[in-house]
Amino acid sequence: MGTTRTYKAHVTIPSQTERLSEVRDFISLHAREHGFGDDDINKITIAVDEACTNIIKHGYNFSPNFKIDVDIIRTGSQFEIMISDHGKQFNPNAVETPDMKEYLSHYRRGGLGMYLMKRIMDKVEFNFNSDKNTLRMVKTLQ
Amino acid sequence: MSDFKVMVRERNDNIHTLELKGYLDAHTTPVLEDAFQKLLSEKKYRIIVNCKDLSYISSAGLGVFMAFIEDVRAEEGDIKMSDMTPKVFNIFDLLGFPMLYDIVKTEDEAAKKFAEKSVR
Repeated sequence: MGTTRTYKAHVTIPSQTERLSEVRDFISLHAREHGFGDDDINKITIAVDEACTNIIKHGYNFSPNFKIDVDIIRTGSQFEIMISDHGKQFNPNAVETPDMKEYLSHYRRGGLGMYLMKRIMDKVEFNFNSDKNTLRMVKTLQ
Repeated sequence: MSDFKVMVRERNDNIHTLELKGYLDAHTTPVLEDAFQKLLSEKKYRIIVNCKDLSYISSAGLGVFMAFIEDVRAEEGDIKMSDMTPKVFNIFDLLGFPMLYDIVKTEDEAAKKFAEKSVR
């Protein structure tokens, strides 16, 4: 029986929205290498963009001198992304899942990032401890 | 850095077209907000957003459309979208946006929808 190889990659960006494109390029490159098609690559890239945007906006309150670490771990068909920061923590269970019909008919704004992440990825898990905040997202190649 | 541009074009049917090009994310949304703001300040409420060259949109970008649609419709206008690539359409679709917005294949089709409404 052959062993499953693991591939790892890492990028760090400062907490600035103008650097989101670097994370997107990094994710789409590795998602393509993993074998995902264009539509999935775009969606995974958006999930990570949303996560980083939320960290910049809510975690760091737009302070530009903090860091966001993004790690990719590819094992077999599993594409795993770990996003770490040292910003403000929050209770992910308190984030309401929008009812899109109600959301659209009442012209609501914002709060769609987490919803997109959950719709797109197979797993979305937050882990907060005294040292750092980590978001783990997984998408399995079908 | 993300590259994003908006071109405003006046059609001959009292409709204004915003042509989007590039990557619409949390960094570039102010560019689109400004373009909408300007049209509204000039009382131009019949707007088509041509997405032919829109390569990418995140929820920050989708939020811009949500920010202006109510005001535009209150003035009997609308924001209609055309020429989306399947990749971009799939994100609008994932969130159910076709329930609220006319998203059509071509700009002319969008213009026709404005014409139909004026007849009514």
